[in-house]
Amino acid sequence: MAEQNVLRVENLKLYFKASKGIVQAVDGVDLTLTTNEAVVIIGESGCGKSSMAKALLRLLPRNVETYSGRVYLNDMELMGMDDEQYRKEIRWVRMSMVPQAAMNSLNPVLKVGEQVAEPMVVHHGVSKEAALDQARTMFSRVGVPVDFINRYAFELSGGMRQRVAIAMALVTMPDLVILDEPTSALDVLTQANIMNLLKRIKKEISTSFILITHDIATSSELADRVAVMYAGQIVEVSDSFRFFSAPLHPYSAKLMASVPKLRTKVEPDYIIGQPPSLINPPTGCRFAARCPKRFEKCSEEPPTVNKDGRLVKCWLYT
Amino acid sequence: MIEDPKVMTQPQSSTGEVLLSVEDLHVWFELRRFGFGRAGFVRAVDGVTFELRQGEAVAVVGESGCGKSSLMKTILAINTPTKGDIVYKGEKMSEYSRSELRAYRSQVGYVQQDPYGALPPFMNIQTILEEPLIINGVKSKAERLERIHKVLEEVKMTPVDEFLPKFPHMISGGQQQRIVIARAMINNPKLLVADEPVSMLDASVRVEILKLLRGLQETHELAVIYITHDLSTVRYFSEYIFVMYAGEIVEKARMDDLLAHPRHPYTLALLAATSDPDPKNVNEFQEVPPGEPPSLVKPPPGCRFHPRCPHMIEGLCNVDRPPEFEVLKDHKVSCWLFKDEQINA
Repeated sequence: MAEQNVLRVENLKLYFKASKGIVQAVDGVDLTLTTNEAVVIIGESGCGKSSMAKALLRLLPRNVETYSGRVYLNDMELMGMDDEQYRKEIRWVRMSMVPQAAMNSLNPVLKVGEQVAEPMVVHHGVSKEAALDQARTMFSRVGVPVDFINRYAFELSGGMRQRVAIAMALVTMPDLVILDEPTSALDVLTQANIMNLLKRIKKEISTSFILITHDIATSSELADRVAVMYAGQIVEVSDSFRFFSAPLHPYSAKLMASVPKLRTKVEPDYIIGQPPSLINPPTGCRFAARCPKRFEKCSEEPPTVNKDGRLVKCWLYT
Repeated sequence: MIEDPKVMTQPQSSTGEVLLSVEDLHVWFELRRFGFGRAGFVRAVDGVTFELRQGEAVAVVGESGCGKSSLMKTILAINTPTKGDIVYKGEKMSEYSRSELRAYRSQVGYVQQDPYGALPPFMNIQTILEEPLIINGVKSKAERLERIHKVLEEVKMTPVDEFLPKFPHMISGGQQQRIVIARAMINNPKLLVADEPVSMLDASVRVEILKLLRGLQETHELAVIYITHDLSTVRYFSEYIFVMYAGEIVEKARMDDLLAHPRHPYTLALLAATSDPDPKNVNEFQEVPPGEPPSLVKPPPGCRFHPRCPHMIEGLCNVDRPPEFEVLKDHKVSCWLFKDEQINA
């Protein structure tokens, strides 16, 4: 089956200006995503995961130094678009986002129903009533009682607010939804509920998902493929089945070993040292300083190798 | 003063003397209604009883709003109990004088959840660690510095002199949490209360901090109350697990016993909802009990979990509050399903 690429990212770079120098938050990321696929991006905090989401949605702060590369959404090039066209045609129309701590990102003075309906009014020009109808459909789809439409955010529990944020991202039926840490602030049972919801939605509609998280255990609930990010670069992309059983990159292996597991008695390990500063990242492999398998070659920039359909940026596999 | 190192490395046993016992503790918060006075109570902690022995770590597991933080704050003597009492080394906390309360507080260390929020941004590490010593009357500057050096070495913040002048924002999250732990340890406490000490940290440093805490607990024979919502980390930490739901402890057991043979339906639900990284997860839905935890203002009668419980017995679970049934030695469960499984009825 020839799967269609929903998203193709080539050499995406996002650098910020800071007082101490240039922060290379996203440094040459390549990624593809097919229809109805969920890719999980995992990595430690500060590795550039959220910056990458912002770069894709073009939600950029003022201190951007470099913003370059190519992003194709359904074969349409996005980087060449001007901001106004991007706002009208792409953001929240074809691509939307559930931001980090989404439950606290709702507007406290608007009813949640209005917030969910708003993208329909703004982007599709439908009447407010029709948009509210659509919001009701979305509410029942994400498991929020429909009469909650007239409530305010503070009247809902954390899990319900998270569902509203998901409804808001889905209301325009985008091709791609980016979920930035959708469950990190939630309780265990609520977290399981939200993951169930995302799985169900993924089965029901053909939207693709990018899930950004540092919670590897939970990420396995949704992932078709896994991309591991370290210091602004993607170091491994693999299908989830092979990734969770045997990751290739030494960093992925270390990261997997650091996850406390409930059902096995393996002692978790931790990674010695800290990720490098993104202001002057080391030349060569950025993980070399913490890597147990380091050898001479690691002082040179490693190539990205295709190993049986899995991509890994490491000299060990050349 | 610092104890003799030989005393510190005694093998631990659960038959150690009881350090802290919580007796039928109730912590209720009054709700006031404008103009009308009392509108009811939030029953944050409603009848909690347990004992903690020297050198023993217990994990209190539960979702947010189940009362675990209120329980913790009462043990830290921040909240006052509505009913029941906390007995520390045989003395009731309710009968403490001001100075006794102060002495008690110096024996209890507190590791906060969010290290960045817990450290004052305008103080450097030396000042942060010196303050509790000054408050507790360590007069000599040289002694204070010596103790700061010692505690920083224990939490592996070396070279110490390099860190002393730094401010919290200059160090990483894991290092900040080490400073919080150092501050909790600096008065040589007997008891450490750790409130979700790793939930704000990255996966790669979580285990490191847990191992550090475990190491400190063993070398100093500390009693530790580890509060968490993450069952996957308790395995590496505690001897006992208490599962809390809606202000009550529903199950108490030894760690390995609870993880291998959980009894209470709520514990089962919590365990089922905790994922391990496994590619098979994608194809399966997780089992989650319907609904949400009840309001603590008007908790449901009988067992508080009964509206969500798949095994609810009509006429029993929704009427009578289940007592604790001891199904095994050191394994108590508050659930009517185990009425006939008691070992010494």
